Amino acid sequence: MNFTVQKPKASQTEADFKFPKTPTGVEGLDEITEGGFPKGRPTLICGGAGCGKTLLSMQFLIKGITEFGEPGVFMSFEEPSNDLSMNVRSLGFDLEKLKAEKKLVVDHVRVERSEIEEAGEYDLDGLFVRLGYAIDTIKAKRVVLDTLESLFSGLDNQAILRAELRRLFHWLKERGVTAVITGERGEATLTRQGLEEYVSDCVIMLDHRVIEQVSTRRLRVIKYRGSTHGTNEYPFLIDEDGISVLPITSLKLDNEVSSETVSTGVPGLDEMFEKRGIYRGSNILVSGTAGTAKTTIAAYFANEQCLKKEKTVYFAFEESPQQLVRNMKSIGIDLEKHIKSGYLEIHSSRPSLNGLELHLLTLRKMIKDFKPTTVIIDPISNLITVGSMHEVRSMLVRLIDMLKLNNITALFTSLNKQTDDLRPDLAEESVSSLVDTWITVRDMEGLGERNRGVFIIKSRGMGHSNQVREFIISNKGIQLLDVELGPNGILTGAARKSHELNKKVSKLKLQDELERKDREIARRKKVLQANIEALQGEFESAVEELTILKATEELKSKALINKSTDKAKKK
Amino acid sequence: MRKEPAEWQLLLYIAGQTPKSIKALSNIKKYAEEHLAGKYSIEIIDLLVNPQLAEGDQILAVPTLVRKFPEPIRKIIGDLSNEERVLVGLNIKPLK
Repeated sequence: MNFTVQKPKASQTEADFKFPKTPTGVEGLDEITEGGFPKGRPTLICGGAGCGKTLLSMQFLIKGITEFGEPGVFMSFEEPSNDLSMNVRSLGFDLEKLKAEKKLVVDHVRVERSEIEEAGEYDLDGLFVRLGYAIDTIKAKRVVLDTLESLFSGLDNQAILRAELRRLFHWLKERGVTAVITGERGEATLTRQGLEEYVSDCVIMLDHRVIEQVSTRRLRVIKYRGSTHGTNEYPFLIDEDGISVLPITSLKLDNEVSSETVSTGVPGLDEMFEKRGIYRGSNILVSGTAGTAKTTIAAYFANEQCLKKEKTVYFAFEESPQQLVRNMKSIGIDLEKHIKSGYLEIHSSRPSLNGLELHLLTLRKMIKDFKPTTVIIDPISNLITVGSMHEVRSMLVRLIDMLKLNNITALFTSLNKQTDDLRPDLAEESVSSLVDTWITVRDMEGLGERNRGVFIIKSRGMGHSNQVREFIISNKGIQLLDVELGPNGILTGAARKSHELNKKVSKLKLQDELERKDREIARRKKVLQANIEALQGEFESAVEELTILKATEELKSKALINKSTDKAKKK
Repeated sequence: MRKEPAEWQLLLYIAGQTPKSIKALSNIKKYAEEHLAGKYSIEIIDLLVNPQLAEGDQILAVPTLVRKFPEPIRKIIGDLSNEERVLVGLNIKPLK
């Protein structure tokens, strides 16, 4: 019995064990490293020039002070203390204040080769003493040594240096401080001087690559002893708030789903869905060729959400906010009032302004700051200009995951080339399997005119209409027209009009015919009546004649009788 | 004579009485007596006692010998066993 009771307890403690970690406070990095840097051990950050090593380590220190109450020591081998203060000031870190509060020590170690002559054996106890003194004065828990490798250029005796560095890292571990060491990237090794040999608990590599004139910064955890970690290259961003890393691919597909629906805002379009709208938290792709009113549909959607007091972010990659507002006003949608009331935020930028990742990060930041329930990206296909198809797809996967995780309803528009068949375009191909609802707007050309039609290609988890609905845009907005079936399928535009006219004409004709028939009947009746009257007259005159005849006959016979009687009398 | 500042002011930074620092001290005393007799002063700073002094002279390695005066400041690190380098470092022309 005891055994069975103890066993789950033991396994529980095993499962509960967590590798002690020090949170970095760098957005996203803690997720990748599953909690931060190894506590009480040194971590190496390596990378080429200008990739953000100093900033990352500085952010680690400052966040430690401001968010986790852990004082820190920054030992700079490159930049003087004042320069450092100035540099990170622009990122909103006030080193001087922290220094005054005795939470931060910045020590600039200057190694000038010209000043130093080496004569005999030495050790780096001076450095140890300085560091130890700094740690002791503020009871530091975090230490940054930025770029330790400068020592190698200042001192000749490499054998001593290497032995001393090894001792330094041991000493740091003994002191129990969480240390970050930065190192310049070498040609064949991670760092120029092979520091990874000594610091091997956790190694993080930063990278700064330019692909097709667009630069992207990336971060990768190369090793992390005693802990699992994200292994991919994660893009990161340096902006006015410092570094933020984007660990999107570490997300799982386990977001909550909602069966609540939201309206598309386009009158008539909702009716094409079984549930009169789309699910909250799902995403819609509106694809179509140029000038098929994708943006208008997007604006309608934005307008509808804002009217329902849902916060909406509109990413416009083609138009400036002012232009968008003006254009939508022409069809009776007032986006300006939503901007003023704070429900709508239009974010415009050229897609080529940043790398894909930066766009994604901007989005992420906006989502974090603005907390929208609806996001519109217009158009998503423009992003293809800044990345290869594979990259775009991976970015979109991350984007959609991110939106779903936050239960944000999203609408993307996608421009595709005019093709005769319905084969999806590049943008669609990369997105179509990811989106939940796919609406296509397309040109229907024929009889010398162009009409717009909208139909639903797919709608996950919901029945939908299979009809192609024609719609028109006037100064009153979008209007979906009723389906008009002709002998050769659905009629649009002029064909619809001529069909309607034909219908009217034939109706008129029918009316005419009926009236003619009525008149005919009336006439016939009249004729008959006349005939009857004539016959009656004839009959009457015949009767009259006969009566006269009869009377004369009677008179005649009377006269005859009289004559005979007279004769007899005479006789 | 003694109260006037010496022509050569030397500072020796050490971190505790390690064999290296003892050796360095004896070495510099020997060289100074040989070449700068009567016109030098040596001050010993133990960083274990006064760690805050390490930053001022940018001390990294110990033992470090700093020539404060005459200027410019020169630094020689190590146990000073290499006499030639010490003299070059301090810019002392050996007396012949």
